[in-house]
Amino acid sequence: MSECPYEIHAGFVPLLDAAPLIVAHELGFAEAEGIKLRLSKETSWATIRDRLAVGHLDVAHILAPMPVAANLGLGPLAVPMTVPMALGTGANTIAVSNSFWNALAEHGELNDFDAGKALNSLKKVVRDRQRASASPLTFGIVHPFSAHHYQLAYWLGAGELKNGRDINLVVVPPSLMPAALKSGRLDGFCVGEPWGSLAAAEGSGVILTTNWHIWQNSPEKVLGARQEWVSNEPDRALSLVRALYRAANWCDDGAQKDELSRMLARDEYVGINATGLLPGLTQQLGLNNETKVKIDGFMNFAANAATFPWVSHALWFYSQMVRWGQVPLSDDGIESARKTYRPALYREALRPLGIDLPSANSKVEGALSDVREAGSTVGKLRLGPDAFFDGHTFDPDQIGDYLAHTKK
Amino acid sequence: MPGMSERPLHILVIDNNRIRASIIEEGLSEAGQIHVTVLDETVDLLRRIVEIDPDVIFIDIENPNRDELEYMFEVSRAVKRPVAMFVDNSVEGSIEAAIDAGVSAYVVDGLKKESVRTVLETAISRFNAFDRLRRELNKAKSELAEHKSIGRAKSLLMKTHGLTEPEAYALLRKTAMNENRRIAQIAESLVLAAGLLGKEMR
Repeated sequence: MSECPYEIHAGFVPLLDAAPLIVAHELGFAEAEGIKLRLSKETSWATIRDRLAVGHLDVAHILAPMPVAANLGLGPLAVPMTVPMALGTGANTIAVSNSFWNALAEHGELNDFDAGKALNSLKKVVRDRQRASASPLTFGIVHPFSAHHYQLAYWLGAGELKNGRDINLVVVPPSLMPAALKSGRLDGFCVGEPWGSLAAAEGSGVILTTNWHIWQNSPEKVLGARQEWVSNEPDRALSLVRALYRAANWCDDGAQKDELSRMLARDEYVGINATGLLPGLTQQLGLNNETKVKIDGFMNFAANAATFPWVSHALWFYSQMVRWGQVPLSDDGIESARKTYRPALYREALRPLGIDLPSANSKVEGALSDVREAGSTVGKLRLGPDAFFDGHTFDPDQIGDYLAHTKK
Repeated sequence: MPGMSERPLHILVIDNNRIRASIIEEGLSEAGQIHVTVLDETVDLLRRIVEIDPDVIFIDIENPNRDELEYMFEVSRAVKRPVAMFVDNSVEGSIEAAIDAGVSAYVVDGLKKESVRTVLETAISRFNAFDRLRRELNKAKSELAEHKSIGRAKSLLMKTHGLTEPEAYALLRKTAMNENRRIAQIAESLVLAAGLLGKEMR
């Protein structure tokens, strides 16, 4: 008889990108590393944060900017956090109500999720409404410290549309987004799958564009761990990274999508029928609610280094916190954000697997417009394109300059 | 007394479980100079909070609207006084106790710690009391369900084997002992199997 495996308490919010934790638990990837996952489904990011803070949870599936914010002391119950790996890229859609879609379509063709075209139409609709003294449009985001918020604000900002002046951003729980769109409380939202596809499938709205069309291979969720736990249990933390890395690769495999969708559909996980989960998992989104369009790269669990905790991602989130007035720019702030993501832990965990790992900790975001082979620990590694839709780049070593050149 | 606040402490309880909300409301009202308002839905939350103008907000930790609530506190200029999130941890372990009990609290900045401490402790104990009630209720429900299964299993055995009721019960008990399982489990299996086999068993 073997000893009871070490138990790790892990929280998640019912979304597709919680899959690596669920799969690691269900299919024995955790067990193979001598650990056991005790999964806890939570209903809000605030609860994930609170339960991490008081030690109910050791780690969690968490919005990628949240650990950065916690280490900056932003928000309540901020405890020191460590990010040893990312949990995939992408899977966010921006969807709008049917009536708003019609108004947008009057100003130009919207047929390929193109973020630039959609923005041009949106600017015209906003100006029309302002001339008519209509109330500002309202868009839903899931949290102020979320990739959704920063992607949406970045996209709107490129069109000189500002939260609070031209558009109101409000926080709505992901599962309530489709209903809020249908009832007219929201004109649009930015949310992770399956909720965008579900809103489209039930006829509550139309998918306008996606995070992929705003920033290719953009970061989304991470594994957030209490720093104290990582310090106390360094070997368990590395075992967990290995288990989740293997689980993420399993999730990426096209042959498993049906099995994965059925597993995630269960009540204790996402609790949505499997058919509703497939558009996101197979990267096939409904275009104008008619044709399904395959968007390669829309959602990666592991491909294109999607589990690597790029320090440049943490710093981009920090730059957006500064841009939108959540925190002032400071050298200490930059240092804090930089130290939150821990690529060295990631490499240490995965080195025994003999796989390709990025040798750099940061990259200039937006510089790759194509899949490129990059320098890695073993040989060459495929990195996805990471272009921003407006063609700008983000140099993580030049945050001050970057901010000086972006519109507030 | 000098330094007493001019108005009673105004507390907002947001809870879609009406029974729990009224248990908390009752407890808080007993605590003295306190005015309690209960919201059991979160429609138009910001406007309601502006109207109610609470000093302390208690909300079930499982409520999915917590992120929305915190964002409102952070950005809204309509909520008159800035609301500091959560109680400070001046009472050792009070945050843990609250989260363990499943309640989160938001307190207006600058409010006296002593007055908040009492209401927080009350809310925590009421949440815990509700939890106990719920556990007891669930236990009673499952006992009732077990009782029903045993009854049905007995009558199945009486019909199919021509046994008396004590004999049927003795058979169930013996089987349970041999299988090292509870009588209710054996009874449930029997009822399930009878259902699967259909008419032949009845």
